[in-house]
Amino acid sequence: MIDLFSRYGRVLVTAMGQTLLLALYGLFFACIIGLIVGIMSVVKNKFCRGFALVFVNLIRGVPMIVLAYFIFFGVPFLFNNVLHVQNRVTLTALQAGSICLALNCGAYMAEIIRAGIQSVDIGQMEAARSVGLPYWRAMQRVVLPQAIRTMIPSIINQFIITLKDTSILSVIGFPELVNTAKNVVAETFLSFQTWGIVAIMYLIVILLLQWLAKVLERRLKYESK
Amino acid sequence: MNRNRIKIQVENLIKDFGSLHVLQGVTTAIYEGEVVVVIGPSGSGKSTFLRCLNKLEETTSGRIMIDGKELTDPKTDINHLRERVGMVFQHFNLFNNMPVLRNLMLAPVDLKKCSKTEAKARAVAMLKRVGLEEKANSYPRELSGGQKQRVAIARSLCMKPDIMLFDEPTSALDPEMVGEVLDVMKELARDGMTMVVVTHEMGFAREVANRVLFMADGQILEEGTPEQIFRNPQNPRTKDFLNKVL
Ligand SMILES: Nc1ncnc2c1ncn2[C@@H]1O[C@H](COP(=O)(O)OP(=O)(O)O)[C@@H](O)[C@H]1O
Ligand SMILES: [Mg+2]
Repeated sequence: MIDLFSRYGRVLVTAMGQTLLLALYGLFFACIIGLIVGIMSVVKNKFCRGFALVFVNLIRGVPMIVLAYFIFFGVPFLFNNVLHVQNRVTLTALQAGSICLALNCGAYMAEIIRAGIQSVDIGQMEAARSVGLPYWRAMQRVVLPQAIRTMIPSIINQFIITLKDTSILSVIGFPELVNTAKNVVAETFLSFQTWGIVAIMYLIVILLLQWLAKVLERRLKYESK
Repeated sequence: MNRNRIKIQVENLIKDFGSLHVLQGVTTAIYEGEVVVVIGPSGSGKSTFLRCLNKLEETTSGRIMIDGKELTDPKTDINHLRERVGMVFQHFNLFNNMPVLRNLMLAPVDLKKCSKTEAKARAVAMLKRVGLEEKANSYPRELSGGQKQRVAIARSLCMKPDIMLFDEPTSALDPEMVGEVLDVMKELARDGMTMVVVTHEMGFAREVANRVLFMADGQILEEGTPEQIFRNPQNPRTKDFLNKVL
């Protein structure tokens, strides 16, 4: 195993870098999608709530591997072969993968954010409104700061799930860790050692993330004191 | 009380929650500086009535005018109007994520009513007024119920409202804390604040109210001075209710 790692370590670590890059892109846009859709699902406007509901259920109802194939192969096919647009639409695996993760994780984040906002007593919003604060101000100053505190553990958990979900994107050929490991196995036939190393690499990164989450959580608790 | 100036005018106010008809035509006028106490059985629509007065609930039909400004008129700036109508809730609803002083300063500073220094000075003065200046840096969770409610009143006062609405301000308090909150309210009344108070504290009503409204089934069934309502109620529902609570 050590022998294998000394030969392929650099390749695998680079692949882990790609995995993290993909996860980072995905999570960044997932946070934006999650915040927007999450807030849409608590506002009064029926259209917003309807949109949020459909979006979340659509994404949750489709396996991510299907979403990945659909975005990477299906969407360009639609534009190029069905609609015959002028400029050919092409997506790199990184682009398609990021979109896929952002949509998937974004839907779950939206649910976390919706639940977080709803866990804050409605009286907080009412009190803020009755001293004259407009809805968004009240949200920003009073409701969201309280909601975020309860959301942190679920959000970190979702980050970890999304990080692991990047492995699904090996199917569209993105050179992340799993895809790279497959190639290593194909060259060396050492599947036990290779997959062992890959598992340990994931484990290390995720444990680090969890540790970071703990620190963050403790910091937030301390600040609120 | 100034009989020449109507502060709040309510005309045939109707409020439905779906098929539930909660307010069934409420009409009344509240004068400047008047203290109106609303009593009535649970579920009769007292809270809903109060919440309609600062548009925490959308009305189904009818008119509410505050200082002659129609509440349901889309041209009326509801946030601006709410600055002048303070509301005190049964469960205090202090902003849990900030200390007492920030609770008091948030709206005045955020809405640019005044400079930060002025807001702070006013916040401290209001805390003093409710006897809690030493709690300025405490978080809401560190206060007793009575203290929370006094802070909530101070928070409303920081916006310099000319109407204050109270929805059962002492119902969630331990008995020994009721007095301190009522005292603050009595002082407000003495200073000429227009107040609408939903409460079960009949002593407070007797002492402070100019008028008592008895609500049941979403209507004002009877109204009069505390003397008239408590000594000599006319409506059988009022008699029945008073027998139960007194
Ligand atoms: N947001 C709401 N949705 C549906 N029904 C409500 C709502 N708020 C109050 N109600 C109903 O309206 C009626 C009057 O409530 P409320 O005004 O709180 O009465 P009170 O304050 O006199 O006890 C009750 O039957 C209550 O269940
Ligand atoms: Mg009530």
